[in-house]
Amino acid sequence: MSEVRTLDVSALPPGAFGSRSLMWWGTLGIVLIEGTVFALAIGAYFFLVTRYPSWPPSGLVAPDLMWGTVNTLVLLASMVPNQLAKRAGERVNLAGVRLWMVVCLLFGVAFNAIRVYEFRHLNVTWDHDAYGSIVWLLLGLHTTHIVTDFLDTAVLTMLMFTGPVEERRYIDVEENAVYWYFVVLAWLPIYGVIYWAPRLI
Amino acid sequence: MTTMTRAALGDDELRRLESSWRDPGGFWGSLTHVDHKSIGRRYLITAFAFFLLAGILAALMRLQLSRPDNSFLSPDLYNQIFTTHGTTMMFLFAVPVMQGLGIYFLPLMVGARAIAFPRLVAFSYWMFLFGGIFLYVSFLLNAGPDVGWFSYPPLAESLYSPSKRADVWAQLITFTEVASLAVAVSLITTAFKLRTPGMTLNRLPIFVWAQVVTSFMVLFAMPSVMLASTALICDRLVSTHFFDAEHRGDPLLFQHLFWFFGHPEVYIIFIPGTGLVSTLISTFSRRPLFGYLAVVLSLVATAFMGFGLWVHHMFATGIPALSRSFFTAASITIALPTGMQFFCWIATMWSGRVVLKTPMLWILGFFAIFLIGGLTGVILAAVPVNIQLHDTFFVVAHFHYVLIGGAVFPLFAAIYYWFPKITGRLLSERTGRIVIALLFVGFNLTFFPMHVLGLHGMPRRIYTYPSAMGWGSLNLVASLGAVLMAAAVVLFLLDIVRALRAREVAPDNPWDASTLEWATSSPPPNSNFPLPPTVAGRDPLWQNPPDQPVVVGLRTDIRDVLVTHVLDAEPDHRFEFPTPSIWPFLTALTTTALFIGSIFTPWAVVWGAIPVFITTVGWFWPKSPDEGGTQPWPVRRTLPRPNESPAAGGAI
Repeated sequence: MSEVRTLDVSALPPGAFGSRSLMWWGTLGIVLIEGTVFALAIGAYFFLVTRYPSWPPSGLVAPDLMWGTVNTLVLLASMVPNQLAKRAGERVNLAGVRLWMVVCLLFGVAFNAIRVYEFRHLNVTWDHDAYGSIVWLLLGLHTTHIVTDFLDTAVLTMLMFTGPVEERRYIDVEENAVYWYFVVLAWLPIYGVIYWAPRLI
Repeated sequence: MTTMTRAALGDDELRRLESSWRDPGGFWGSLTHVDHKSIGRRYLITAFAFFLLAGILAALMRLQLSRPDNSFLSPDLYNQIFTTHGTTMMFLFAVPVMQGLGIYFLPLMVGARAIAFPRLVAFSYWMFLFGGIFLYVSFLLNAGPDVGWFSYPPLAESLYSPSKRADVWAQLITFTEVASLAVAVSLITTAFKLRTPGMTLNRLPIFVWAQVVTSFMVLFAMPSVMLASTALICDRLVSTHFFDAEHRGDPLLFQHLFWFFGHPEVYIIFIPGTGLVSTLISTFSRRPLFGYLAVVLSLVATAFMGFGLWVHHMFATGIPALSRSFFTAASITIALPTGMQFFCWIATMWSGRVVLKTPMLWILGFFAIFLIGGLTGVILAAVPVNIQLHDTFFVVAHFHYVLIGGAVFPLFAAIYYWFPKITGRLLSERTGRIVIALLFVGFNLTFFPMHVLGLHGMPRRIYTYPSAMGWGSLNLVASLGAVLMAAAVVLFLLDIVRALRAREVAPDNPWDASTLEWATSSPPPNSNFPLPPTVAGRDPLWQNPPDQPVVVGLRTDIRDVLVTHVLDAEPDHRFEFPTPSIWPFLTALTTTALFIGSIFTPWAVVWGAIPVFITTVGWFWPKSPDEGGTQPWPVRRTLPRPNESPAAGGAI
């Protein structure tokens, strides 16, 4: 009893990036939850398709392609500064993090603004019929994500300028980028459903 | 243990460690708690309080139904009572109580100092509590939901339910689902990343496996009901038409979304129950669980299949013949993995030496009751029988056998089993036996006659029935059974009060069990384990060699936690855990304001989002570096690159 065998962990680092960190698993959990919401909403869309003789319903035209497509391109392009911010974070490079997160925010301003035009060119209101309701729901759900992700990123960016910048803040930068990827990639199937399903069905 | 701890840590260090992990006392301090033991205890007590409230509602219903043509309750009040009873039992009792056990015991069972994301867990508790209070305040204001616990449109649409009652139901869903989703993420991360060195995935205690599987089900099931209830609120508040057939919406869409959640929900409640059964059977058979791998795979298989049979709740809605056949087959198939678990349990008991302490008696009660519930489930899976029995008391009997057998009996077993660990006191064996006998007899008296009543055509959710139907005597038997159940619960509560006042102190491991929660004192210290143990097998307290190493080198001046690799639990890095904070409480308050406001006006979502944003920013805002042990800015790089191997550690 006098000699206790020990496993000394004092030399381990105070944090880690990627799937080694707790934050990554938290982000994964959120992504699974919200991914499920998107998948179910898309499922509901196609369920409602079967309740109509034609799609889009007669008397309505499909949403205009232009703004949705422009926004898809903007969202896809935002993955570039996002990746650069992520990499700067993983290298604990404060200047790089500041630069690329600000660029990300500029993209955020752009796609949130364009989103307003998307709503205006859906060519249906939410209270017109079930088709209008589900289209607004899909676009609304994704808009909630780009708004909140923009605000998250803005707060984190501000922190990277004002401090106090603890070392672990760089893990947050990395996980913020992972979530950004989710928000962008989740848009692609939603874009396909809102804009192309009425044209292809 | 104490000698060993002092040898490796020293008195001063031990004191500093305990003070670093202490949550503040007093009323204001109690709002800031982040310790998983504190929050887990609150979850358990609060969920049990809701169990009692819903039990009182059930007793009122049994009183009303005890004789024909009774006018004790008005039809309107009866509607509110059965809806609130079902909603409470499902959303405010069954799920939270199981998650509460997970919050309290998962970190202890994996040898961790804390639960992952402690502030998120604190937030989830407040959301759960506020949601429950919201439901019961509404009920007392005569605004309790009254359209059944699954709140089907078109009845729940504003045309037929113009009051706010259906909105109360829908928003209660949002409260409780936010809470349980948050807990699920924390539990998964705890089980995957905070296991003590040596606890590889194939040594994970079965109860932890059950909680992990359940948590994954929560992630995929709960979003569905949130989507359904949100769409329902939108229909009611801003004139969308998701479920409105007049505008080409479809009430069946609601049923699909609801049961895509609702069926897995049964397993979300039942799988932790089976995890408890496996754990207790192993302890009280004095041997490791027979067929560990088979049991784990059964849990996973149940979870997957649980998502493939929701339509059997909708057989009466006129769905295509092919999907009827598919969902019948799926509903019968899911009996297989559960059957596999039953055989593993039997084999464990057969080849062990069974000790019949109270927790084990509850497990035997579980066997009898759940078996009957499972068998009537197989019967209900057949479409012709199902259509005949749809919405009758047979269904009521079936799901009470499943849920009380599959969850409440294992839960009582768990309370008797873990009460000494949580409180440091022992419940009475003698009183416990009386409680089991009363509840077992009372339960069967109450619910078995309902099978017969259902076969005789008594529909569920009727507030009374004419005496000519001939249902009076069986209903009276059922109501007398309820008296016995109530007596059992009262006796149980009295025994808890007695035990808490008793001077007799429980030993650290009164059942000579094998899992790590028994390796620390009863109740556990603030840091859970002053020296976290490592493990050399699935049943560490039975298998660890005497010189099994303990973990040292975690800082004692901050809440330092060891994070390990997912598969093999090799030490990876240390991570400073958050300190107590008022912000999760404040965020829950602002979120509550938003949720309740959005029942009345859509603008609550817009304006309510501002205080929510402010409180979340407050939550995440880092404390200044001089306050804690965090590194000041500008930083010195010590974090490894993503592909760099950790600086130290290795296999045990």
